[in-house]
Amino acid sequence: MTNVTMTVNGKSRTAAAEGRTLLVDWLREGLRMTGTHVGCDTSQCGACVVHVNGVAMKSCSVLAQEVDGAEVTTIEGMANADGSLGTIQQAFQDYHGLQCGFCTPGMVMSAAALLKENPRPTEADVRHYLEGNICRCTGYHNIVKAVMAASGQQVAPVAAE
Amino acid sequence: MHSFELVKPATIQDAVAALKSDEAQALGGGQTLLPTMKARLAQAEQLVALSGVAEMHGICVDDDGRICIGGATTHATVAREASGYPALASLAGRIGDPAVRNRGTIGGSLANNDPSACYPAGVLASNATVVTNAREIDADDFFQGMFETALDEGEIITEVKFPVPEKAAYEKFLQPASRFPLVAVFVAKFSDGVRVAVTGASGDGVFRWSEAEAALSANFSPDAVKGLGDLDADDMISDLHGDGAYRAHLVSVMTARAVKAAV
Repeated sequence: MTNVTMTVNGKSRTAAAEGRTLLVDWLREGLRMTGTHVGCDTSQCGACVVHVNGVAMKSCSVLAQEVDGAEVTTIEGMANADGSLGTIQQAFQDYHGLQCGFCTPGMVMSAAALLKENPRPTEADVRHYLEGNICRCTGYHNIVKAVMAASGQQVAPVAAE
Repeated sequence: MHSFELVKPATIQDAVAALKSDEAQALGGGQTLLPTMKARLAQAEQLVALSGVAEMHGICVDDDGRICIGGATTHATVAREASGYPALASLAGRIGDPAVRNRGTIGGSLANNDPSACYPAGVLASNATVVTNAREIDADDFFQGMFETALDEGEIITEVKFPVPEKAAYEKFLQPASRFPLVAVFVAKFSDGVRVAVTGASGDGVFRWSEAEAALSANFSPDAVKGLGDLDADDMISDLHGDGAYRAHLVSVMTARAVKAAV
């Protein structure tokens, strides 16, 4: 075991990691930050997406020791400083962008990465960008609406459907 | 995953030294190797991470006008920065999904040589040169069958050099669950002829379709492909996603589409 230190959501955090320890397990078991989920564990579902040095990655397919020293942002870092929901999180609530909620941490982190690259995406852009995030409730329509709303664009209200 | 030790060299020299051990295996972006190890289909006593080797990152243009991409360069970087070769940037930008592209590398993809991977088609059609710590390997000699390459044990891909064609395009018929190609074709037109590389179709991995190359070198149009007929279905992969005849037909269709996109 080796001690690994990263800046997680702005705070320096240290926990032990074996060579094989995945970033997602280091976060969940080492730091007890269980907001980041493990869905498939085969790097397909995207529930474990976090930002490492500013870019979205599937933390189930990154070794903790490999990114020792990195700056990491997780779903726990997406709320506002006063604890209220961040813009993307609030939009997911407003537009019913989550059903069981299991995929939501990854959806929000991927959406944040998209909006950083492309602040006013089209609906097609959103759908394309979220290809690597699977919602097993199949609630994609409202997820896309939530991301569009989070980008400040007009979205038809959920009740109209 | 079985237990292993992770080594993080900072230079090619140190990486090569670490890989001299029989128990060591190179780790590129880990988007294939780590899931494979988690499934216990692969194991190693030691992984040598290449992501920290600074000299293997980045894209430049050499004196011959070739686009040179470091072996540890991610797909996202190629998609964003290989503007001198738009068809290649487009290929890189369609691998997997955004999070995978931020981690997966060109060297890792080529060393693995998955029979359905995208990069082998781009490398073979472009007549690129694979540069390792020891030598330079022509694309025609590099790919040697499913998951087989010309690389020796412990040899690592440090760079890939792509001549830029006059016209090129990559057309991919997506297998939507895996986001690998069911069949994909890269067509590259150079002043001295056309090269056509097909991935996803053959169990032997990427291959050149020589009849299409001859026809397109004479007449670079989608119609030139239509006259050829389909490849032999018995030579194609046949699985629950598509049988051999279906894949053979897709090869013709995707080749014609690539030519149309390149014109």
